[in-house]
Amino acid sequence: MELLDKLTILADAAKYDAACTSSGVDRGARPGGLGSAMAAGCCHSFSADGRCISLLKVLMTNRCIYDCQYCVNRRSNDLPRTAFTPWELAELTMGFYRRNYIEGLFLSSAVWGSPDRTTEAMIQALRLLRQEYSFHGYIHAKAIPGADPALTRQLGLLADRLSVNIELPSEDSLARLCPDKKKRAILAPMAQIRDGIQVSRGELVKYKHAPRFAPAGQSTQMIIGATPESDKHILTLTQALYDKYKLKRVFYSAYVPVSDSALLPARRDFKPPLLREHRLYQADWLLRFYHFRAEELLDEANPNFNPLVDPKCSWALGHMEFFPVEVNRADYEALLRVPGIGVVSARRILTARRCGPLTFEGLKKLGVVLKRAQYFLTCSGKMLEGLRVSPDGVLRHLVAQERPMLAQSVPEQLSLFEQTG
Amino acid sequence: MGWSQVSYHYDGSFAGFLCCVFEAYLHKEAPACFLGPEDGRLSLWPERQISTDEAHAKRVYRSLDRSLGAQGRRLVVYGFLTCLPEREMALWAFLRLGYERGPGVVRDLTDDRVSTLNKAVQHLTGEAHLLKGFVRFSEQEGLLIGEIEPKNRVLPLLRPHFCTRYSGESFVLYDRTHGEALFYRPHRWAIVPLAEFRLNGPAQEEQEYRRLWRRFYDTISIAERYNPKCRMTHMPKRYWGTMTEFQREQEGLPP
Repeated sequence: MELLDKLTILADAAKYDAACTSSGVDRGARPGGLGSAMAAGCCHSFSADGRCISLLKVLMTNRCIYDCQYCVNRRSNDLPRTAFTPWELAELTMGFYRRNYIEGLFLSSAVWGSPDRTTEAMIQALRLLRQEYSFHGYIHAKAIPGADPALTRQLGLLADRLSVNIELPSEDSLARLCPDKKKRAILAPMAQIRDGIQVSRGELVKYKHAPRFAPAGQSTQMIIGATPESDKHILTLTQALYDKYKLKRVFYSAYVPVSDSALLPARRDFKPPLLREHRLYQADWLLRFYHFRAEELLDEANPNFNPLVDPKCSWALGHMEFFPVEVNRADYEALLRVPGIGVVSARRILTARRCGPLTFEGLKKLGVVLKRAQYFLTCSGKMLEGLRVSPDGVLRHLVAQERPMLAQSVPEQLSLFEQTG
Repeated sequence: MGWSQVSYHYDGSFAGFLCCVFEAYLHKEAPACFLGPEDGRLSLWPERQISTDEAHAKRVYRSLDRSLGAQGRRLVVYGFLTCLPEREMALWAFLRLGYERGPGVVRDLTDDRVSTLNKAVQHLTGEAHLLKGFVRFSEQEGLLIGEIEPKNRVLPLLRPHFCTRYSGESFVLYDRTHGEALFYRPHRWAIVPLAEFRLNGPAQEEQEYRRLWRRFYDTISIAERYNPKCRMTHMPKRYWGTMTEFQREQEGLPP
């Protein structure tokens, strides 16, 4: 088979993986080698669906022994099957990387033979790339659940980031849709990677040249909308993953119908729940950068996000006693809770107010967007002049502001998908 | 202020600009406009020709760190690379304020003189960051060649990144807008003005890689999630012209 066809098949099989980040590690060049990595990550292109293309995202092979219902590569699906040889993959990566098409390689695989054999094939390809070709760019590798821990360790020594997909948000769904995969088998490598990273960090403090195990951390992803879990369940799970497994990122992937299985939503008329995915990412950001907890955002009475306003607005409207926040006195955490003020704006406010009191005019000059924030702020004790809104009116105004964005998205599309981070 | 208004003619370089600052303070003149070598504008103010003197430029440069702090110096150095209209005037206004108020001036983000410069520099660094990803190289006889069309002069900001990443390669990166090129061969680099730049047609192997990349680009997108507006937000159309994935070869290759 020609390389072009192989690439088409194996990229097509990998495209449902949401993660394409190249962040988390800074690395300069090494003599005789090619490549570097930057902690902020770097997007090299954006595909027609608006998602970032940072890494050459392919499978080692799409031949699979499993029959997971939601997966396009399940063995019962009638698809052309193929596999890269390690040399093909290394040549392709180097060729793309030299032309600055990509930031590195994202290598995943269907499970062919056994988890061990699959992992060995991936290790062989990565070792060729790192050692023979002296490639120092970014590598993200999928750890295969059920593989020997010694093999996962070798994989982590070659890659920058490892990920194990949790696949579905609950054990029940997992048992129903992919009877071959067990929750324990997924969580075991996750724990192993977490411990490996911790040990490696400790060693690096003592010895400069200690081997680096997954220096850019680990991530995971789950499919949203194929199974009945609530947003609350998903967000609580996400928080637990961040707390317990020290993940860098949790990715959500809106289910795109790839199967006619009776266990899944019917293919006809099914729209991927993109707005829901968007709201979950917004909440995920609140957990990671805005000091929110899952239980603050959703509770038993409201187990799902309001599609009309973003999660932070939603929280603010339920906690009006927290507002208004005084721009000139509030601390960083309080500023972060104001809808419309993000990490950058909050930092700028802290910097600028050292030079004198801020006014609404001043906030605009800082680049703070007042569209939403105006309802929740005072500057030196005063609300924005001319703003006459009763507390009940705020929700109406916020919803009205968000509506144009929602309106143009008849098939639930938004233009604010998350970037590399 | 009582400083007389003068228009300065200088050579358009950063050192030349620093000499203007030197002369302005020396003669107690307030520049009313700055004219580069190819600037055909006539000015209403008395003109003064400023010749670039390295010693003067260095004196002013050293004063930046002392009077404005590292952040202030960065704003001035980067500010000179931006596409801000009348950027010299904006820099001059910022420098006057900075010499008066000291390093704390960079925090006064609500002052127009500071925020104008700050926004321009953000535009510059933002564009440089995007281009770290959007630059496309083609290989010709072992040499990597790329072209860009940025609004700001980003080459000095891209240099460390690409010289590190491709430390063992040789490459040329040409900036069409400003007619400048960054040349690199192992461990030596130079940014030089270059009026014209022409490429030969791609060789067999190069074409093959372009085809593979375009195919990958088209394949990786999920049809059910088609969202052209989102793509344009992250990757404005003005960058597309120099990117391989949006170019189709002339010979009518299959897409």
